[in-house]
Amino acid sequence: MAERLSNREGIKGMANPTRYGIERVAYWLQRLTGLGLLAYLIGHIYETSTIVNGKIAWNQMLELTQTPQGHILLTLVIGMCVFHTANGIRVMLGHGGIGVGKPGQPEYPYKAASLNYKQRLCIWVSIALAALAMMYGASVLFGD
Amino acid sequence: MAVVETKPSEEPKSNAKTTDQTNTITLRISRSNPSEGQESTFAEFQVPVQKWTTVLEAILYVKQNLDHSVAVRYSCRQASCGSCGMKINGRPALACYTKVSELNSNVITVEPMNNFPIIRDLAVDFKQLISNHKKMKPFIIREDSEVTPESKEFIQTPQDLEKFLQFSYCIKCGLCNSACPTMATDESFIGPQGLAQAYRYVADNRDKGKDERLKIVDDSHGIWRCHFAGSCSQVCPKGVDPAMAIQLLRGYMLGFRK
Amino acid sequence: MRESIIMKIHYGTALGAVALVAVHILMRMSQKFSDSLQYQNVIANYHFLPYALMLEVLLVLLSVHGFNGLRVILLELKQGSTYERMINYGSLAAMAALIAYGSRTILMAGMGVS
Repeated sequence: MAERLSNREGIKGMANPTRYGIERVAYWLQRLTGLGLLAYLIGHIYETSTIVNGKIAWNQMLELTQTPQGHILLTLVIGMCVFHTANGIRVMLGHGGIGVGKPGQPEYPYKAASLNYKQRLCIWVSIALAALAMMYGASVLFGD
Repeated sequence: MAVVETKPSEEPKSNAKTTDQTNTITLRISRSNPSEGQESTFAEFQVPVQKWTTVLEAILYVKQNLDHSVAVRYSCRQASCGSCGMKINGRPALACYTKVSELNSNVITVEPMNNFPIIRDLAVDFKQLISNHKKMKPFIIREDSEVTPESKEFIQTPQDLEKFLQFSYCIKCGLCNSACPTMATDESFIGPQGLAQAYRYVADNRDKGKDERLKIVDDSHGIWRCHFAGSCSQVCPKGVDPAMAIQLLRGYMLGFRK
Repeated sequence: MRESIIMKIHYGTALGAVALVAVHILMRMSQKFSDSLQYQNVIANYHFLPYALMLEVLLVLLSVHGFNGLRVILLELKQGSTYERMINYGSLAAMAALIAYGSRTILMAGMGVS
């Protein structure tokens, strides 16, 4: 009720990447990949912990994870990791005020200097790097 | 004013964008009154528009001719007062600054801005925005600001002025807060408007309140909840670029700026 | 702790983790990927002290960064002092638990308990 009165967009609004350009897509992807990577980290630590139970347990775990599905998941993780890293560095530098443009007299049509081509290029490069890493990762995983 | 003459044999093209012919659009206005428990519904109106008609003018046409009970806040009609912010076809914009013809649609949907409590229909409550703005101490802080007979003017070069001028153009329309993804869920977040105003004063070389303001924004719902999604700057109608202001302000906190 | 300090830790752990994850992945690439996962090879990794130490540091960096990221997302989703305290302490506890569990593997495998 309180939320309805406050007219907040809620999670649906926060997670909707479609309305405000590529920067908002990058924000959404950064969150999504962050959550995905945390889930993978927890899974990976559990997965590797089987080594303390000996060779049989470790091999059983390998049988479970070294499957086509496991390789697809790992390929996705590689993509998430590369995007999160590259975009994270862009965001971190931006947070320090680097690459966000210089204040000046705004002129019609008031295009925001902080949403400049360098930022957009970095986002596209992050996506491209993630795609390339996924392709390389898939070739290594499935090529074995 | 440039006048374009056409030869009598040339037929003007039928396009509402380039001619002054009247077109009719469907204006869908969100109607609600939360304090009376009235849920949001859409009322549809047929409105005649011309190439220069703004969304605000279309709404005022409805008020004048079709339904006077539509609640809308407006004042200057020239993007100076920041009163008529609303969601137009899903994006926050000033109704007086958005021409119907630039929306490229015969159906225009207007809704109250998100992330602000609705008073009625299109009018929203600015209490939180104003209180967050005030929290940023939006005034010059310095010990010698009292005017005495010995007072001199604060000398400022054009370069000094340029460091904060663009951020002082904020009209407090609330569009940035409405577009911000953090504001969508975080009711305690200061918001891009307030944070940009904090930077406006921090960047002013007459001001001595930097440390005070940095302490205020260094909160669990302060500046660190901005993730540079840039939506605030996408919708700002005055070129304030709150996203830039916030990152520059954070630059001080991360040691990139002195 | 002030939010600025927490976020500086967040950025620092991110940068540290990038470097160490790169080393961790390169170690897999030093031989055929499937061979690098063979039991004796993995055990040999844990027995090599500098690498085991690096894994421990990586574990700490990623746990701190990951759970602080989750804390940030959760803090933005809902507000209230009890909820926020719960999230802050909860993420600290989760960090500690993951570090403890991962360290147990590194220690036991490194000392040849398995």
